[in-house]
Amino acid sequence: MAASSQNTPGGRALRDAQLIDSSGAWAKEARIAASDRAQAAGLPQRRDEYWKYTRPDAFVQSEVTLQASLCRSLETFNQRTTVLVTFEDGKIQSAALPSAGHCTLESLASASALDLHWARDIYGRLEAAGQTPVQRSLASVNTAVAREGLMLNVTGAVAAPIHIHATSSGQTDAIVHNVIKVAAGAEVTLIETGQYGARTNSVLEVDVADGGRFHHIRVQDGDERHLLTHIFGKVGAEATFKSFTLTAGGQLTRNECVLQLLGDDASVSVAGACLGDGRFHHDDTVFITHDAVNCESRQVFKKVLRNGAVGVFQGKILVKAGAQKTDGYQISQSLLLDDDSQFLAKPELEIYADDVACSHGSTSGAIDAQALFYLRSRGVPEAQAVDLMTLSFVAEAIEEIEDADLAQDILDHLTETLSAR
Amino acid sequence: MLNIKNLHVKLEEEDKQILKGVNLSLEPGKVHAIMGPNGSGKSTLSYVLSGKGGYEVTDGTAQLEGVDILDMEAEERAAAGLFLAFQYPVEIPGVGNMTFLRTAVNAQRKLRGEEEMSAGEFLKVVRAKAKDLKIDAEMLKRPVNVGFSGGEKKRNEILQMAMLEPKMCILDETDSGLDVDAMKLVAQGVNALRDDKRTFLVITHYQRLLDHIKPDVVHIMANGRIIKTGGPELALEVENNGYADLLEETA
Repeated sequence: MAASSQNTPGGRALRDAQLIDSSGAWAKEARIAASDRAQAAGLPQRRDEYWKYTRPDAFVQSEVTLQASLCRSLETFNQRTTVLVTFEDGKIQSAALPSAGHCTLESLASASALDLHWARDIYGRLEAAGQTPVQRSLASVNTAVAREGLMLNVTGAVAAPIHIHATSSGQTDAIVHNVIKVAAGAEVTLIETGQYGARTNSVLEVDVADGGRFHHIRVQDGDERHLLTHIFGKVGAEATFKSFTLTAGGQLTRNECVLQLLGDDASVSVAGACLGDGRFHHDDTVFITHDAVNCESRQVFKKVLRNGAVGVFQGKILVKAGAQKTDGYQISQSLLLDDDSQFLAKPELEIYADDVACSHGSTSGAIDAQALFYLRSRGVPEAQAVDLMTLSFVAEAIEEIEDADLAQDILDHLTETLSAR
Repeated sequence: MLNIKNLHVKLEEEDKQILKGVNLSLEPGKVHAIMGPNGSGKSTLSYVLSGKGGYEVTDGTAQLEGVDILDMEAEERAAAGLFLAFQYPVEIPGVGNMTFLRTAVNAQRKLRGEEEMSAGEFLKVVRAKAKDLKIDAEMLKRPVNVGFSGGEKKRNEILQMAMLEPKMCILDETDSGLDVDAMKLVAQGVNALRDDKRTFLVITHYQRLLDHIKPDVVHIMANGRIIKTGGPELALEVENNGYADLLEETA
């Protein structure tokens, strides 16, 4: 196929001819394939079932209409020793890329200039594997045109968390593609804070080999921004994958997470806590495929909404034939602080094995009047009591974070966010 | 300390009168007990005094140290020195007992325009008071009342009372769900807080608790009114004869 630039009418560019020309062999192949996938699938439309509760318009249109604003989430982890990787206006600051033991850090630009690179087996591959049964064409667009990203190759136990912090100002349209390879028995924690752009389309592909451990902690804040994130994960035998996201700002957020459990005795957890106030739409879309024996998966999502904020959860567990002894857990709950806010949930289980335990639940509720009275009767003013109840409500999601110190950081950030509003 | 005059209360959402003219006068430093059969309005009285929603005061007043409290928010009443020990303390998952206690202590101080207690000072005070109630460090760290036994929950209520140092303490069936040992421990905690200024209103079904927390005055409540007031011997009379005789007397 000729490497010409292709745009959809009024929308996203699906191909970047200049980028393809300048890419090394592996990246060129990945980008062309992704561009073809996006072309074939078409961009998401309002009538798509998969986008039923969240309008894709903001992610699809060519114009970025918002201004990025500063966020405070970096300070949250200031007390921790981390390996800091920074992005400015969607661009990785590669001159300042740090080094750390048991891993290598590179920029996508330098990796894709090479004809051969380890990322070849992951970049666009996990994204492509995540295109069924529903198409996530904006992720393919990302693979096709992304120029920015971190390539992290983890070969042992990395002591300090790798911390990506992104800052942006103005109407930046950021397309970021990060790739992480965790070797057998290796371990790493990734922290993501800040925002890549006023509008962001991000893909994170993570390949966790047998016995590897990957921990992901993410804080999404900011005022005006549109954010679409995708995580594509492949998890090997006895490996662990845990991702937690705190969303405490932004007008529109859609977090997609597609995980495949391919080795026996693997364990994954995807959790999120979100605080929505006013003009706020937050969507968690999760798809977990069990394709091995004796694996555990957990989805824990808690949303606290007020002043007309909207929360969405679409979560699915697919247990393939032969994936016996699967232990699947899925809970999505919202605390609606007023009558104007809403929560839309679509939990799904699809099971083709006969020796499986899967539980799921979804609830929406108002604040417990008796608990509120209990707190107030101790002298805690109503607004502060509601904040305490909010912390109480999201606690189960935060408990999914394994590292107690990082969990405390998240709790502190949440407490600060609450007391600032 | 607390003066209740002709208090009439109905449910907000139903046309059901619960309190039909309660009169009570509690002096500083005294322990008053209220006994009465189920449905007599004892718990409602404690809720209305502490500011729970869902009730409508149709007549009467309640004053704490001469100040009307019925129009105050629950937190303002707490800051003014009122404390209710709950019959069923509420579980609050995800909020540490210590965090909760410190939030409450400092919120009250703030409402009163006082300086907040520093983390160090708070820790020192809470540890000493917890020790007296046999509440260990682990229990202080755990989420509020989550996974606590009945006895632990009630001890936790008394710990809150000890930390908040209220002037007027209302104990709503603090003995319910307690075995004898747990009840003794709770009573010890309460007795340790007794002094010549602090007033207690102890609501109970049974005389048993009053063996351990000795009241100065005993009231019998029935059908939304105080029908008899006497000394500690009144509680023994109820224990031996039940409420039937008293109810007949006043019928």
